[in-house]
Parts: sequence; C-alpha cells; structure tokens
Amino acid sequence: MANQTALHGKHLEAGAKMVDFFGWDMPINYGSQIEEHHAVRRDAGMFDVSHMTIVDLKGAQTRAFLRFLLANDVAKLTVPGKALYSGMLNETGGVIDDLIVYFLQEDFFRLVVNSATREKDLAHINAQAKAFDVSVTERPEFAMIAVQGPNAKAKVATLLTAGQKAAVDGMKPFFGVQAGELFIATTGYTGEDGYEIALPNEQAADFWQKLLEAGVAPAGLGARDTLRLEAGMNLYGQDMDETVSPLAANMGWTIAWAPEDRNFIGRSAITQHKADGTFKLVGLVMEQKGVLRHGQRVVVNGGEGEITSGTFSPTLGFSIAMARVPASVGDTADVDIRGKMVPVKVVKPAFVRMGKKVI
Amino acid sequence: MSSIPKGLKYASSHEWARDEGNGIYTVGITEHAQGLLGDMVFVELPDVGDSVTQADDCAVAESVKAASDIYAPLSGEIVEVNEALADSPELVNSSPYEDGWMFKIKVSDTAELSALLDDEGYKNSIDE
Repeated sequence: MANQTALHGKHLEAGAKMVDFFGWDMPINYGSQIEEHHAVRRDAGMFDVSHMTIVDLKGAQTRAFLRFLLANDVAKLTVPGKALYSGMLNETGGVIDDLIVYFLQEDFFRLVVNSATREKDLAHINAQAKAFDVSVTERPEFAMIAVQGPNAKAKVATLLTAGQKAAVDGMKPFFGVQAGELFIATTGYTGEDGYEIALPNEQAADFWQKLLEAGVAPAGLGARDTLRLEAGMNLYGQDMDETVSPLAANMGWTIAWAPEDRNFIGRSAITQHKADGTFKLVGLVMEQKGVLRHGQRVVVNGGEGEITSGTFSPTLGFSIAMARVPASVGDTADVDIRGKMVPVKVVKPAFVRMGKKVI
Repeated sequence: MSSIPKGLKYASSHEWARDEGNGIYTVGITEHAQGLLGDMVFVELPDVGDSVTQADDCAVAESVKAASDIYAPLSGEIVEVNEALADSPELVNSSPYEDGWMFKIKVSDTAELSALLDDEGYKNSIDE
C-alpha cells in the first residue's frame, strides 16, 4: 500500500493522474502538465510536497554537528530563519542527498531532505549525531505545500492573518519563519518567487482548498520536473547520487572550502577529486525538433558523457538537458538520439529564471 | 474510462485505423494512449510516398514524458500526413480520433485487417 499525503483526497477530487513516486501515491498531473508549468511561470501554481522529509535537530552542539555533516558551512547562517542549500556527502565524496537546512535557534536547526532517500538519510544523520548529542526528530505530522510563481506570494497573502503577513513581509529569499501554525519559507524548486509552507496535516486540505479558491493552480510532479530543469536545479538520483562527486554535479558552489581547518564528511575525498579533475555538469540546448532524454549519449570535444536529465522546455519551446561530460567540452556537442547524431549547444545549466530566458 | 469509438479497427499497440473508402485508412493513436503519454510536444511523421509494413514503426510521438514509436496498423503506402501536427502536436491529446489523426495509408492487403481488434477487443486489451 503506497503512502498517501494529507492532500491525497484533494488530488483525487481534482481528477489528478496518480503515480507511484518512491512509495508515495502522488499526482503526476491534473490534466495537462504543460498548462500547469505555464501557470507557475506566468501566475501561481501549487505542489503537494508533503512526501518530503522534515527533520528537526536540537541540542547545544547542533551547529558543530552540521558543520561536520554538510559540505556547505552552516557558519554562514547567522540570522535566525536563514536557510542554506547543501550536499550531504559520504566518505568517498559521493552525494548521499541534497537538502535545505534552516537555522531557527542556536540549539534548533531544521532539515528538509528528499523522500526517496529518507531511510538512508535518517540512518546516516542518526549515526553521525550521536557524537554531538544532537536529537534527530522526523516531523511526519507536517504536510508541505509549495506555492510558486510571480503571483504566488500575493495569493498566499490573502489567506494569512495580520500577524502572519507581518512575519513574512519583506522576507528575503532562502528564509523560513514559524508564523502561527504555518512554517513559511521563501524557497522553491521552480526558479520562481514563492513559498514552501509546512503546516499540520489536519489543516492541509483546508489550506489547499483556500489556495484553489484564491486562484492558485494545482500542479503535479510532471510540471515540477520541467520547471526545476528549466531553472537548472538538480534532481537527486538522476543528476547526482552516491557515486557522483558534487564537483561533477554542478554543486561546486555549495562546497565551503574555507575555513581550511573545518573537517566535514567527504572533505578529503573531494579535495582529491578537485586535484584530479572531474567531469562536469553542463546544460544542452537543442532548437530543432526532438526531445533530449535521460541516458542519451553525448559526444563532446575530448570524450563522451551522458544526459542526466532531459525534457521539452514548455517555456522555451524546445528541448533542454543537463549532461555530465568531460571537462574538455566546448560550445557544442552531439547527442545520440535513437542512432542519429544531433548537434546541440552547450550552455551553463540554467535556462529560465523568474519567467525569463537566461540562455 | 477513455473513449473507444465503434467502427474503428485497433492495434494492441494503441493505434486506430478508420476506413475512408477506396482502400484508404486514416491512422492515429487512441485516447487511452495519449493519456498514457501525456502532453504531446512533437510528432515525427513518415513522408508521403513511404511504404510501411504492418506492425513496423513508422512515426514517433514525443510527449513531455517519453518518445514512443507509432506502428503502422496496416501495410501500404503513405498518401497523406497531418501537417497540422507540426505546429499543434497537442491535437493528439485534445482530439485523438479526429483533428489529431497522424497519417493515411493506401492499404495493399485488406486481409491484414483480421489482425486488428474491434472496439470491444481493444477495450479488453487495455483492461479498462
């Protein structure tokens, strides 16, 4: 029996096409994935992301623990509410998961990790937390709704109390605040403005219904994937995993090398990766007909690589992809599409942000 | 529950064929198939004049989700393709049996029709 989120009934009510997503029965679309994609880029859409795992860490040494656990450095988090994106690496420098960490209080940080990696993440975090006397508490009693798009914040505001509005007013990107029953964060996975809102399961369906009435379009996992790919955001398990160095997954910017005396799990391994050189994750653009797909072979200057994520970009009207290729790659590449070599452009892996083309 | 019109012939690989008279059959994919594929973004059609063989792939439907081969339900020659799909591939989703048709075949051997299913047979094959 697949897991169901608190919003499962709302999805069925809306006629969603449901699929199994790593043990969760989740909506892939509510009719048209492309229309849902456009709703997020042009107006406001919402995703049920309740399957994601919220983990609260508490204890006096929580910050020290996270500085050891994560490749990015939570020392950067000096203002309560501030969030950070980071990889959690293993000893060989592979990526166990990517996650967001929120600094709430000096003895209280919150992680949001992927649902597909929940069990191994919790096992790893629990094992490592022992030495720091940090408590690790999963929060399955929370549902989570991502409301994204240029009008997302304004539409959410119509549902908030005066106190909640004051709490989020002027909140910069990558912050989270507990406002009444809602934990509201300025994060997302679409490249648009918006919120990710965690709230008690029993309130989720009602909140979702009010968002619907405020004109927020429900969007499924299909649109979530095309939006994140246009935004150049990695999908764990597809663009990186435990066998891939963060340096080969466009995650170099998330590694805090300084200070040099900070020891974190995987540091020595990725220091070696850096010295040896790695493949790199690039963006591909194909303006002619066809769709780039995961697993297709990519021939570049000096070798061969593979597409990690590929799709048709509804915003751009042509196909885009992320590919892991030798670092010697030039400005163009050839992709093997069912036996035919098709020329593509090589770009930085970010295609659309805030509704605008960035390639 | 998707629509499966009576009077059409169906392949278990989800193509339909409609008898237009004079040995010409119009071909498309079923409503059930378009639902499985999701939003269509490109349809690669055969060329007029191509010879196609029953059960061989002769077109590709690319949806947001996947690229899927389309198989000729009957052997013969392609006499027309749906040019509208070049600009509006979504017709395959919105009107799979009418505006979203893909190509027309001048059939060389009508005996091949016996290998196809009627609406009941197709309905059973997709177990809806």
